[in-house]
Amino acid sequence: MSTPASDNAAPSAWLLSLPALVFFAVIVIVPLIMTVVLSFHDWGEYKGIQPVFILKNWIEIWSDPYFGEMFARTFRIAILVTLITAVFGAPEAYILNRMRAPWRGIFVLVLLGPLLISIVARTLGWALLFGGNSGVVNAALMKLGVISSPIPFMFTETGVIIALAHVLMPFMVLSVWAALQRVDPQIENAAASLGAGHFTTLRRVIFPQIVPGVLSGGIIVFALSASAFATPAIIGGRRLKVAATLAYDEFLNTLNWPLGAAVATLLLVCLVVTIVGANRLIERRYAEVFR
Amino acid sequence: MSFLVLRELKKTYGDFVAVEALSLDVQRGEFISLLGPSGCGKTTTLQMVAGFVEPTGGAILLDGHDLVAMKPSRRGLGVVFQSYALFPHMTAAENVAFGLEMQKVGRAERDERVRNALELVGLGGFAERYPRRMSGGQQQRVALARALVIRPHVLLLDEPLSNLDAKLREEMQIELRQIQRTVGTTTILVTHDQSEAMALSDRIVVMNGGRVEQIAAPQEAYERPATPFVAGFLGKTNELSGTARVEGGETRVVIADGRWASRRPIDGAVIASVRPEKIAFADCAAGRLTGLVKTRIFQGNHWLYRIETLAGQVFVIRQNGGEPMPAENDKVGLTWRPEDMALRAADGRR
Repeated sequence: MSTPASDNAAPSAWLLSLPALVFFAVIVIVPLIMTVVLSFHDWGEYKGIQPVFILKNWIEIWSDPYFGEMFARTFRIAILVTLITAVFGAPEAYILNRMRAPWRGIFVLVLLGPLLISIVARTLGWALLFGGNSGVVNAALMKLGVISSPIPFMFTETGVIIALAHVLMPFMVLSVWAALQRVDPQIENAAASLGAGHFTTLRRVIFPQIVPGVLSGGIIVFALSASAFATPAIIGGRRLKVAATLAYDEFLNTLNWPLGAAVATLLLVCLVVTIVGANRLIERRYAEVFR
Repeated sequence: MSFLVLRELKKTYGDFVAVEALSLDVQRGEFISLLGPSGCGKTTTLQMVAGFVEPTGGAILLDGHDLVAMKPSRRGLGVVFQSYALFPHMTAAENVAFGLEMQKVGRAERDERVRNALELVGLGGFAERYPRRMSGGQQQRVALARALVIRPHVLLLDEPLSNLDAKLREEMQIELRQIQRTVGTTTILVTHDQSEAMALSDRIVVMNGGRVEQIAAPQEAYERPATPFVAGFLGKTNELSGTARVEGGETRVVIADGRWASRRPIDGAVIASVRPEKIAFADCAAGRLTGLVKTRIFQGNHWLYRIETLAGQVFVIRQNGGEPMPAENDKVGLTWRPEDMALRAADGRR
């Protein structure tokens, strides 16, 4: 979108947006640049941080399979969480969209529930449900005869994925719901009048129209689960590390700030590449249809 | 028996009666309009025929078979929606092909029929366009082609032209009528636009408050409205109070200073309803309704006059035939033929 004025923006426009630009620069751009610069500094147990330009940290991340494992796990978790929220969130949004007042309002509140509770309290809640061999979830599943021996949830990827999918579900549902609200309410009737059954209508008419919603919800969920800290830290514990907890430990336990900064920078670069790539794919694929 | 029969069709929402015992017989190939103001139950009626709304009572018979128990997807009716409800992720051709795919029509025949349907609505070159890239009129045509290509038993049109601008609407009216004639599909149109209903239909069903006011051919409904509502809704009309007295086999009607002789036996206070285009100007002779020209509006092919008379204000429409017309503040006499005047008793008796 370009307005005639934007081609030769008046100096006053820049002047008016200056306070916001300064604010943005100070709280986002400057710390970001400082983190990137920090990742090229040297560090030693006795000498501390040395403000020099070396590639030591980056070479270490590249050559040590330990870091590769961390990043592989981070993205494995993020992809699985995204898939789970898509598989459960899209139908949930469809059902929500068809609900009537007051039920719709009540269920939106239930859906947004996880976002309204403190992240630590919520995650500790999951820890209580998962905890031990006689945790609530395992006890219930065994009573129901679904499983014969307890599934280890705590300190496993399974547990982290379930807890993350729970908290990130609202982002997927709301994104799909927004796409559903753009769908013509008569379109299902139109499909029915042309002889399509309910399932065919969902598959051929409704689903293709909410794909952009699923994809943009997916980008949000992917980014948030790849950079999640509290949930992997509490459910995964100190041993099951992901990129965010790894960076945290380098900063605060090992005190190797430059290495932590390199991990954080790499995570950021990976996320930006993934998101921009996915976004361009969506825009190219759906530009013709959804302007 | 008629092709499509609505018998005592009824729909209530709680205490609210949306459609009250509507009965209608539609012949094969007929073009019927359901006409009325918003909230008169016309769309509800259409949706009951289409199967999107379940009737509270009554029956719908298509060629003798009961439709009410049938799912919408099995009724084989073509529907064009007010919003068109095109599938935005499919091209025009894919939209039109959808119904044929559902009928499991083979690819070769399907392509052929899609092409023919798009040709029929004048969109031969637009097969690969997406709906968002088309104008309102073009989307409208795709919706029409999509509904017609499945060779529906009945074509249902829900205010299909209301989202188009005036000029395009007129063009589409003519085209719609022509296409319906060519294809010969029995059609039910829902509209609140009286000129659209009159232009397109074989018969009009005028509805008000869930009830049918009149079912008649357009000209008949216009010339001989069954109720005051129909008279007021179909075109403009002047309603003038007067008195009538039967005198030696003739009824003498007096409206202010005007006198008419009518053959309709009616006595007492009456209301005379006269169409504006049926009124002619004359000199102010005795026994003629006289008045003062208050406003005169030129509308190209006709003049619209507002005349202040002793019986209240009267609207007059005169063709622009080139002859000199009365100016504002002129004193004029008004005359019309007795048969152009519908009389009814002022207290509601008919």
